[in-house]
Amino acid sequence: MSGNMNLTLKVWRQKNSNAKGELVDFKVNDISPDMSFLEMFDVLNERLVSENTDPIAFDHDCREGICGMCSMFIDGRPHGPKDGITTCQLHMRSFKDGDTITVEPWRAQAFPVIKDLVVDRTAFDRIIAAGGYISVNTGNAQDANCLPISKDNADESFAAAACIGCGACVATCKNASAMLFVSAKVSQLALLPQGEPEKQSRVLNMVAQMDAEGFGSCTNTGACEAECPKGISLSNIARMNREYLGAQFCSEK
Amino acid sequence: MNWVTKTFTSSIGQKFIMAITGLFLISFLLVHCFLNALIFFNDGGKIFDKGAEFMATNPIIRVVEIVLFAGLLLHIIRAYLLMNKNNKSRPVKYAVQNGKANSKWYSRSMGLLGTLLLMFLIVHLKHFWVVSRFTDEISSGKETLFNEMKEVFENPMVIVVYTLAMFSLAYHLMHGFQSAFQTLGFNHKKYTPLIKSLGLMFSIIIPLIFALMPLAMHFNFIK
Ligand code: SF4
Ligand code: FES
Repeated sequence: MSGNMNLTLKVWRQKNSNAKGELVDFKVNDISPDMSFLEMFDVLNERLVSENTDPIAFDHDCREGICGMCSMFIDGRPHGPKDGITTCQLHMRSFKDGDTITVEPWRAQAFPVIKDLVVDRTAFDRIIAAGGYISVNTGNAQDANCLPISKDNADESFAAAACIGCGACVATCKNASAMLFVSAKVSQLALLPQGEPEKQSRVLNMVAQMDAEGFGSCTNTGACEAECPKGISLSNIARMNREYLGAQFCSEK
Repeated sequence: MNWVTKTFTSSIGQKFIMAITGLFLISFLLVHCFLNALIFFNDGGKIFDKGAEFMATNPIIRVVEIVLFAGLLLHIIRAYLLMNKNNKSRPVKYAVQNGKANSKWYSRSMGLLGTLLLMFLIVHLKHFWVVSRFTDEISSGKETLFNEMKEVFENPMVIVVYTLAMFSLAYHLMHGFQSAFQTLGFNHKKYTPLIKSLGLMFSIIIPLIFALMPLAMHFNFIK
């Protein structure tokens, strides 16, 4: 079809977490601009299977930008060249015929490569398990006036809750810091009355777990906010710093 | 681990130290700049040397000087430890990383800018601090700090080094000033824009005034 593209991909291939990986060149031809980036990988993988080669392993699930599974570092940016979207929402029309595209996995000490482009993000799960929850059952929906929440707080909490845990913030940060993710998870609860009672222990435990996982520390470059597909704001990081320092200095423990 | 150690060894606690010492050094820059700007009275250094003498003899200033060096050392050592840790947080680097798509180069180069400043600082301390503190040239009245400045700034190489260092300082401050507030948890819809513009102004004006001093002396605008 006219308008279709021929591209060169440089893809990170790595057998397993212990093997040494390398960038391998692949040519893909006749790619429709309407395909998503992942569909382009499906096309390539089908060919690789038909050629009896190991297909390229990559993470994906919903393919509609809500699960946070897809995770490709494309031409030096997480989720590719467009702002505010995940890799599954990136379309080939964002590229030009003849382009060479480099695709790497998220790189961080705390996100070891499992295979090819798949990394282990269970470090995030352990951070959540360290305190990103409310310990009591919050019950059924309350009577509207029973639990007053200011509209501003509700909005900010909702905005923080939009984080899908994809890890692009870590991937793009020059320090591989997880501050944006953790701060979103701290904020979404700290802003609501249900999260209030445990807010000190929550932030202390989650930050301790974040450090234990080997993420770097924040230098406020703002790269995470710029690359986050869900527009999580840096103000969450300030809130977490505030909550953390407040909890350390003022809590009785 | 008691809570104090836990706080200051955590990533946020270490950043807290960077921010507090950074803001303290910013306040020092302000004082340093104002005092040195006394040379612009262009009175052969009379007022300036009075200021310098006050700074050299006042006991409170002497104590503050110790605090200043402590703060400086803490800022430098913490920075290198953090840089090392952050470097290790990504053992395998990207083949392609497009940093300029999402952040300012100077925000990603604080370590480099800081290292340049540290090198400058060593030269600068040797030029003035060592002379005024560890030789009796100035205290004995043989020499004034103002004349010392004139002498040092005769060398064109010194002018180049000082001017370049002030560029490093400007960019270091452009990121550091507002970053310190963010680290301390100070991010507010009303005040953050104010802090950012104040920081930008500070980062340009202070290094500019500093840079003008050696230049003005070298080209004999100040006699
Ligand atoms: S903060 Fe944004 S980039 Fe980071 S994990 Fe959440 S959604 Fe992904
Ligand atoms: S596959 Fe679910 S967000 Fe991309």
